[in-house]
Amino acid sequence: MSAEPLALDVAHIGHSYGARRALDDVSFSVAAGSFTVLLGLNGAGKSTLFSLITRLYAAREGKIEIFGHDVARESGAALRRLGVVFQARTLDLELSVTQNFIYHAALHGIGPAEAKRRGAALLERAGLADRAKDKARDLSGGQMRRVEILRALLHEPRLLLLDEPTVGLDIKARADILAQVRTLVAERRLAVLWTTHLIDEVTPSDDVVVLHQGKVLAADTSANIMAATSTESIGAAFEQLTGAKARDAA
Amino acid sequence: MTTETSGFTARQYAICLTGVIWREALRFLHQRERFVSALVRPLVWLLIFAAGFRQVLGVSIIPPYETYVLYEVYITPGLMAMIQLFNGMQSSLSMVYDREMGNMRTLLVSPFPRWFLLGAKLFAGVAVSILQVYAYLVIAYFWEIEPPTPFGYLTVLPALMLAGLMFGALGMLLSSAIKQLENFAGVMNFVIFPMFFASSALYPLWRVQESSPVLYWLSVVNPFTHAVELIRFAFYEKISWESLAAVAAYTILFSAGALIAYDPAKGMLMRKGG
Repeated sequence: MSAEPLALDVAHIGHSYGARRALDDVSFSVAAGSFTVLLGLNGAGKSTLFSLITRLYAAREGKIEIFGHDVARESGAALRRLGVVFQARTLDLELSVTQNFIYHAALHGIGPAEAKRRGAALLERAGLADRAKDKARDLSGGQMRRVEILRALLHEPRLLLLDEPTVGLDIKARADILAQVRTLVAERRLAVLWTTHLIDEVTPSDDVVVLHQGKVLAADTSANIMAATSTESIGAAFEQLTGAKARDAA
Repeated sequence: MTTETSGFTARQYAICLTGVIWREALRFLHQRERFVSALVRPLVWLLIFAAGFRQVLGVSIIPPYETYVLYEVYITPGLMAMIQLFNGMQSSLSMVYDREMGNMRTLLVSPFPRWFLLGAKLFAGVAVSILQVYAYLVIAYFWEIEPPTPFGYLTVLPALMLAGLMFGALGMLLSSAIKQLENFAGVMNFVIFPMFFASSALYPLWRVQESSPVLYWLSVVNPFTHAVELIRFAFYEKISWESLAAVAAYTILFSAGALIAYDPAKGMLMRKGG
């Protein structure tokens, strides 16, 4: 167990925008094959953390490792093990689903024939095979998100980051996406870091990191956090920890 | 900074580069209005402005021309450069747009080295601008604007590549460094118009020198002037070494600036986020 490196190891990360402290001594980890929820209100620092993990900014304080590879020093090795679904929609709307896959695969050095093969297999399993030739523009919001998740898996990463993947979607689409990702964790031993401000996306067995105003207030399983705060639900625990009311299911 | 070898083979680098260019070309083909407007702009200058001005402005014999040339012939290299300048600025804006849409983030999260990813993006933009220039030359041909021999269409290609790279690098630098340039009107007013008018695109610089020494010196240091002259000479199967050196130097300068601006350690790629 201990021989396997952590999928994601965030150690003592700090980041400031001028005088404003966005992240302060943030440490937590995501074990291989685990589903970890990064829970925080808007403005908690989730997006900044995301930008640091994906190397958009360099971490000036602390260190981030993906499967033992330092994001700053061995970014190639770290990033090739990482799949990312950004909060903003990033499909090329005027291109077909398959064309989107080919472009993304090229960014990982995978040729078009292989990209088509992998893309078709992923779409098939997700029940989206009939949308392969459709323009991304013609997909529903939920389908776009699911296609983005498939796209992030094309290069077979072992860690998947999702930044508020269910924002703006209806209840059915949210449930579909959550189920899709949980299946991946179970079947492929994929490690997932799922950021959200929606409490109802957490199940008791999930690992939870509570981020509030740039600080980690708790990092443990959902059940342990509830026990430690003597609360009945993770929502109540979050409220007690942050003194704020998290927005429940939309 | 990325110092380690990213562990990709040469073939994988080629796949990545091809993929980025392929996407840019597809996007361009899907945006017909962008293609048409890219052509209409120089044609308006050629067919209306130049036709009106040809009586007012006589162009004497200056290199590379060996005879008197029509004003339309004189301004064609300037219009070719203008197509590329617009294109460079447009792709820089699309990067600002992409950045907001997250597409730039998708590109930058690729494990390839960052300099390579930005370079690929730059090449893709240049390829599209060269397509536009040749489309313009096809139409100009019917107005009897052509190089002395058909060989000129070939010799102008390297000049277009270099000029395209310079504008692309300038666009990248501006898009990463100047947050205010987010709408095209701003770019038109503060970049494109000044560069275009304070150059040798519309009038030979020796004439400018007579009337305004300040404008003359501005034109001499203007990178656009050198792009225009490089293209003008290459179209006539000649090399302007001075312009070649200037364009190469500006390209290196702008690229270095863009790389620094996009460096995660120093750059300001993203706005303040929550």
